[in-house]
Amino acid sequence: MTIIPAIKKDYLINLAKNGKREDGRGFDDFRNIEIETGVVSKAEGSARVKIGNTQVLSGIKMDIGEPYPDTPETGVMTTAAELIPLASPDFEAGPPREDAIELARVVDRGIRESQLIEVEKLCIEPEEKVWMVFIDIHILDYDGNLFDAASLASLAALMTTNVPAKRFELGDDYPLPIKEPPISCTSVKFDNVVVMDPSLDEEEIAEVRLTVATDKNEDIRAMQKGLNGSFTRDEIKKVIKASIDNGKKIREQLYKSIGK
Amino acid sequence: MKSETKLFENGKRLDGRMPDELRKIKIKAGVLHRAEGSCYLEWGGNKVMVAVYGPREAIPRHTQNPLRAIVTARYNMAAFSVDDRKRPGPDRRSREISKVISEALENVILVEKFPRATIDVNIEVLDAEAGTRCAGLTAAAVALVDAGIPMKDIPVACAAGKIEDQIVLDLGKDEDNYGSADLPIAISPRTGNILLLQMDGHLTQEEFDKAFDLALKGCYIISDLQKQAILEKYQTKIGVE
Repeated sequence: MTIIPAIKKDYLINLAKNGKREDGRGFDDFRNIEIETGVVSKAEGSARVKIGNTQVLSGIKMDIGEPYPDTPETGVMTTAAELIPLASPDFEAGPPREDAIELARVVDRGIRESQLIEVEKLCIEPEEKVWMVFIDIHILDYDGNLFDAASLASLAALMTTNVPAKRFELGDDYPLPIKEPPISCTSVKFDNVVVMDPSLDEEEIAEVRLTVATDKNEDIRAMQKGLNGSFTRDEIKKVIKASIDNGKKIREQLYKSIGK
Repeated sequence: MKSETKLFENGKRLDGRMPDELRKIKIKAGVLHRAEGSCYLEWGGNKVMVAVYGPREAIPRHTQNPLRAIVTARYNMAAFSVDDRKRPGPDRRSREISKVISEALENVILVEKFPRATIDVNIEVLDAEAGTRCAGLTAAAVALVDAGIPMKDIPVACAAGKIEDQIVLDLGKDEDNYGSADLPIAISPRTGNILLLQMDGHLTQEEFDKAFDLALKGCYIISDLQKQAILEKYQTKIGVE
């Protein structure tokens, strides 16, 4: 922990005891979310998402490649996240570190396990040629809660992606086949208080973190607990409930922003 | 060089510009929350974001200079910024560009004020369409001002080139691919000193002079845009009407 969070810790804990947060939000409230799609013209799909001061850009590139031998008729997707030094004084250049890998994997799992992309429709020639979908996540400004910002940006980018069939002389471009998106919401706990959508200060004093992705039918599609603290059963129940409530609002905003 | 691609039509260029016309440029200072200073710049199809951190202690220690600060620019292209996905991370091209930009910026920054420190300039190319190094340097200069780094001047960059035997300002995408010369320069507009100069292709001495003058002209136009962007952010704060 750096010096400033250590000083701020008592302040944040005292605020929380009086039911308050530093920026005036309720414990279960998200910061303001902005979603903007089609921001990179060279990308097949792209989106910039702001959650408060956190800013994430996700870009989709597509290419043709060989399928994996065990799934000869399905497309391939990969997710990479870069915590570029632009975004924070603490990020360094170089190969992705642990936290960037975890971020990419959590986002990847959310998309892969919910079968958001209909990969079986991305086969061109079985065992020979399939579409490859590259999801690249660029963190631009880091003020907490990268998981939700990165996954929301990737969803918005994928939902506005056009398969560049024309560039590979395979007919006309068409929208990437997509199913219902799961929305991920992250909470953290410090000093027995659980707050949704942590700011950077809250994240830095957090003891434990939980990300819950929920779908349209209010089913849970993915969960990830982080850090070395622990939750009670009751707290987890409350987090899931808050995630479903926030997920609903975010889903509406997501659909609105992509014009559907 | 492909000769079948026509780069001129009725005296106008492919994108409808005149030979001495710049692409559209939009500059915004102070766009990022965490950075000491930042800038977002759109230049034709280029979209560039720059964040400045520092002056802060240079790490690892052996990079420190006991007499002055070092300037570390890092030019990086997003994987999705180009037609065929670029593998993330530095390659030889981006290392070279980082180096020449660092050196250009170091020239105007009062590095003697910050011994043992580093000033980190992170240049992210989010969307690329020819001329990213000029766009990156131009945006970096605005971000440095936004960060309050003491400087002798606000550097600015612009390129000129040659297509179909004609000298033109600010090469666009196809012009860069099929043109016969590219000459990016960066200057300190107050003194006219050259901070960056690169050239590839083929120019006669006469053509070089012409291209250089044209690029210089572009630099001064863009320099005004930089100042406007800075004023836009700060004029209300300092009460200038």
